[in-house]
Amino acid sequence: MSQISLGMPRIASYGSGNLFATESFPHAAHRDLDNAQLRANLGHATGTIREKRLKVVAELPDWEELREAGSVLKQQVMADLPRLLVQLEENVTQRGGTVHWARDAQEANEIVAGLIRAEGATEVVKVKSMATQEIGLNEYLEEQGIAAYETDLAELIVQLGHDKPSHILVPAIHKNRTEIRDIFLAEMAGVDPELTDDPRQLAMAARAHLRRKFLSTKVAISGANFAIADSGTLAVVESEGNGRMCLTLPETLITVMGIEKLLPTFLDLEVFMALLPRSSTGERMNPYTSLWTGVTEGDGPQNFHLVLLDNGRTAALADEMGRSALHCIRCSACMNVCPVYERTGGHAYGSTYPGPIGAILSPLMTGIEAEENNSLPYASSLCGACFDACPVKINIPEILVHLRGKDVDAEHAKRKLPSQMDVGMAAARVAFSSGRNLALVEKGLPLGKLMAGPDQKIKRLPGMAGGWTQSRDIPAPPKQSFRAWWKKEHVPTPDTSQTPDAAAESGEDG
Amino acid sequence: MKIALFATCIVDAMFPRTAKATVTILERLGHQVLFPATQACCGQMHINSGYFDDALPVVANHVAAFSQGDYDVAVAPSASCVASVKHQQPMIARHCGDADLENRANAVGAKTYELSQLLVDVLGITDAAAQLGSYFPHTVTYHPSCHGMRLLRLGDRQLDLLRSVGGIELRDLSGPDQCCGFGGTFAMKNADVSSAMLEDKVKSIEASGAELCVGGDASCLLHIGGGLSRKDSGTATLHFAEILASTMEAPVSVSGEVELLTGRGRS
Repeated sequence: MSQISLGMPRIASYGSGNLFATESFPHAAHRDLDNAQLRANLGHATGTIREKRLKVVAELPDWEELREAGSVLKQQVMADLPRLLVQLEENVTQRGGTVHWARDAQEANEIVAGLIRAEGATEVVKVKSMATQEIGLNEYLEEQGIAAYETDLAELIVQLGHDKPSHILVPAIHKNRTEIRDIFLAEMAGVDPELTDDPRQLAMAARAHLRRKFLSTKVAISGANFAIADSGTLAVVESEGNGRMCLTLPETLITVMGIEKLLPTFLDLEVFMALLPRSSTGERMNPYTSLWTGVTEGDGPQNFHLVLLDNGRTAALADEMGRSALHCIRCSACMNVCPVYERTGGHAYGSTYPGPIGAILSPLMTGIEAEENNSLPYASSLCGACFDACPVKINIPEILVHLRGKDVDAEHAKRKLPSQMDVGMAAARVAFSSGRNLALVEKGLPLGKLMAGPDQKIKRLPGMAGGWTQSRDIPAPPKQSFRAWWKKEHVPTPDTSQTPDAAAESGEDG
Repeated sequence: MKIALFATCIVDAMFPRTAKATVTILERLGHQVLFPATQACCGQMHINSGYFDDALPVVANHVAAFSQGDYDVAVAPSASCVASVKHQQPMIARHCGDADLENRANAVGAKTYELSQLLVDVLGITDAAAQLGSYFPHTVTYHPSCHGMRLLRLGDRQLDLLRSVGGIELRDLSGPDQCCGFGGTFAMKNADVSSAMLEDKVKSIEASGAELCVGGDASCLLHIGGGLSRKDSGTATLHFAEILASTMEAPVSVSGEVELLTGRGRS
């Protein structure tokens, strides 16, 4: 009997922009593992942040309840997203702002460029923003003849160095201070040629450079950490104060925000303001939190535009197992505890979103078959450190496994001939689906012993298994399996007739 | 108590001494150990590699093997496999739309314990020397495996049991909560990253100065032991069940023909 599939309605479009691994993760990792400077910086920085985070988290007796509250609030937001978004739009509009809706990166970029042109500007200052990196806004504006200046110190370093951020919170984590001085000397207009690599001197040089931009630029672009649906309030959480400058000094402010950043009410902010700084920088409170609602006459930007960005978020929302990835508040705690990220750094993940969250978010937003994004869910030993650290309890390991399942299904649908992995898994399925089959396989154990040679170690295996033996031996297998021993040789000890309770008690007495 | 042993495929085939030690410990406490002969594997390798359809008959076999027979609890000397039985098996049944299998998998999962959980939480073992006669006069360091720590929340159960063994000397391991880099097929698919993780784990084990690295998961020990062996390190790996089973009268040898050991211990 044949069934006719009518297909699924295409309810969501996948994301575009900087969401792709353009080479497979193992290949990219192979290269980045050789970067000794990167590994040393990452090991030091992630280790320090890890310790700080654990310390400040331990101060809160209700941390687990806060995590639960954060998780439940975000679940509510996702369940009620259409209504909350319209409510946000109404409130922003009512307070003098303008809301724009962007389906993907291209639409968002066009909207922002149009708004800048309408102001007659050719320069903009920017607050550190993941959403604008995701859509490749700076590159797009450059093509349009508009210069975008990053004002976050680390983003500035990355931008001046014609580089890509490698960590969402510490974008220049892969650079040391000598490299930073060299970038400033080469790229920063009007910099003191005697500049040293003293951190204070570097910061002062950046400060002087940025001050000029803040005071002369009419348009600013920001992201947002949170948006409150019932008041229309936007929030940016930062450390340096450059964000506050951008959000208050220019005449026009354009905020690009992913649609998942919503919170239902102002009160909900309390939970997230307890969760975010502690999880990201390991601080009780971040130095600058800016909140604004629409436009206030005579105070701050007089034009406010909010660009609401989908870019694959509704595709992620449509994945029942994966949708909680949208709960992410971009704290970077999962990266800082990830043993894979700690060794490869962020560039290996290709996408704007690196680390464990990136390994699920990127393929969820683009579809598992896009470019090399199907290699990302395998970039984890499933150790679970990310899930434990996540302030909104995203079960990253479970979603990684779910996406591996989607990848295998997609690959099988495409392939005519089975891969090496397929053959191995099919053989293992037969061996592992009955005790009798496994016993038969185990009869071959003495053969493995022969393979091992005189030192009883297997040092080299062919094919995929060669990945194992590149750094690890396998001990020669035993002569006899446990199963065979049990059948032939196990004799229950005589006193098994003794009642278990008595045994446990006598044990305790002993 | 009637205790069904889930040996796990890797222990059954590669490290039978771990399963024998588990039997020894439980029988010494006066319990009856059963070995459901149709058991094979929990399915974790298939599941974590994304082969859900191939995992289904493996999961179904495990659930069938442990749904029959008269026993009180099941035990496995592996946190990872127990976590898979408890969490992943019902997920696969659900994924494949088999509600009956999901219910039975949940029932099996509820009765299945990791060895230290069974010993501490159910059987009340707090002093291995006094209650089990455990004696092991060697210096060891302990690596808590990720799934025991984070999926089963074993806490210090294994370490506390080891501390209470007669004659043992425990050395601190730096970065104990750091993954050894095994991760099943991760070790092959991402061999470079996995090897870099293992390198750091091997370094901290050697820095501890212990003769042996002890853990509760044969798979992690196979991985760590494989790295130590490749370096011709003086340190080997051993499952904690072996140490609990070791007594003054019947000591486990760590220098002779010990099938369980990887690394130095192999002759």
